[in-house]
Amino acid sequence: MNPGLPAGAAAASLRGAFFALVRRDLLLAFRRRTELLFPVIFLLVVISLFPLGIGPSPQLLARIAPGVIWIAALLATVISLDALFRSDFEDGTLEQFVISGHPLTLIALAKIATHWLVAGLPIVLLSPLLALWMNLPLESLGVMVLTLLLGTPILSLIGSIGVGLTISLKRGGQLLSLLVFPLYVPILIIATAAVMAAADSLPFTQFLGLLTAGLITSVTLAPFATAAALKISLS
Amino acid sequence: MLAASHISFERYFEPVFQPVSFELEAGRLLLVTGANGCGKTTLIRVLAGILHPSSGTLDNRARGMAYVGHYLALKDDLSVIENLRFVRDFIGSSNRGIGEVIRQVGLARVAEQLARTLSAGQRKRCALARLLLGAHELWLLDEPYSNLDQQGVELVDDLLRAHLEAGGACVLATLGAHRPSWPATHDFHLLSGAAA
Repeated sequence: MNPGLPAGAAAASLRGAFFALVRRDLLLAFRRRTELLFPVIFLLVVISLFPLGIGPSPQLLARIAPGVIWIAALLATVISLDALFRSDFEDGTLEQFVISGHPLTLIALAKIATHWLVAGLPIVLLSPLLALWMNLPLESLGVMVLTLLLGTPILSLIGSIGVGLTISLKRGGQLLSLLVFPLYVPILIIATAAVMAAADSLPFTQFLGLLTAGLITSVTLAPFATAAALKISLS
Repeated sequence: MLAASHISFERYFEPVFQPVSFELEAGRLLLVTGANGCGKTTLIRVLAGILHPSSGTLDNRARGMAYVGHYLALKDDLSVIENLRFVRDFIGSSNRGIGEVIRQVGLARVAEQLARTLSAGQRKRCALARLLLGAHELWLLDEPYSNLDQQGVELVDDLLRAHLEAGGACVLATLGAHRPSWPATHDFHLLSGAAA
């Protein structure tokens, strides 16, 4: 960013950089389709294993459906997380980001947004099908989709901090899962509680409120933490 | 434009190079030479702001910096044009067409090819094209001549001369096999380790 620019032009240049990055990452994701599809297929396979493993009892499946779908969503997210900054770190693009003078926070936010579009949104879109497989009652289907819509961005945001911290390690991916799963626990608890409450015709809006609060908090803070973690990893 | 006073950088509490002081004005070239492992790349990365000096002060007043290092920041799954288009959109200012820049670095024939299919020299040229895409006052070049053929070396020298004549400045680290010929050059020989 050019420090001599007036404020309006500086904001326009930031916006341009943000969307240039999102566009490039979407194009790259599309070029590497196998990487794109792997977490989704993983999700489908994990979910379809449950009826095989515990028997096709409709009541039992419906009871465990929220937890199973959410745990599978956590696993699928963690699988895709390591790719978030890996190639940019290894080919020197991250250094170019630092040199460009654009705030690293904005760059982290663009990367996280693209990660959610590529890895989180497919989970949300597939969740009605998954719910059907798991015999989830129709009344709680809408709540299930809503919790995933609110929750998967939080997974990407919190995960990006872990990625920033472990990116300089050769086997960072393994450490990453140990690092982020404990942080995902509250989201898992709140989200599944919401779906179970809806299934039992109990009030569930308080849980959705908590998830929304979590989303707002993590959108506000996680990009800063990720930028700081990336700076540590670069030095 | 760029002033360093007693800059040092420590890795695991060991200084990488002896303290560095210099002042670089517009139109001048700082040529950093030294043996393998004496800290040339580390110094350039400190000057670029990627690393923070352990001691000393760095005063960087350059409007816009461009850095071409060992990692070329090319995406293998994007073509030459797509790689450069991203760089242009990301840094946000360009008064030049991408086609012209690609012709200038001699990649017109492979412009539509994916970066993974390029040779090492062609990749280097593609990375050097980044220098031409924005109005960067300060160029930081780490071994810009590696992997390049004779024409490529001349290309770097030509780009560098045009940049310096236009009032830019450049820090160039090289092992010294080829030296750019520019009258306003500071020679700087970097020594590794702690101050004697």
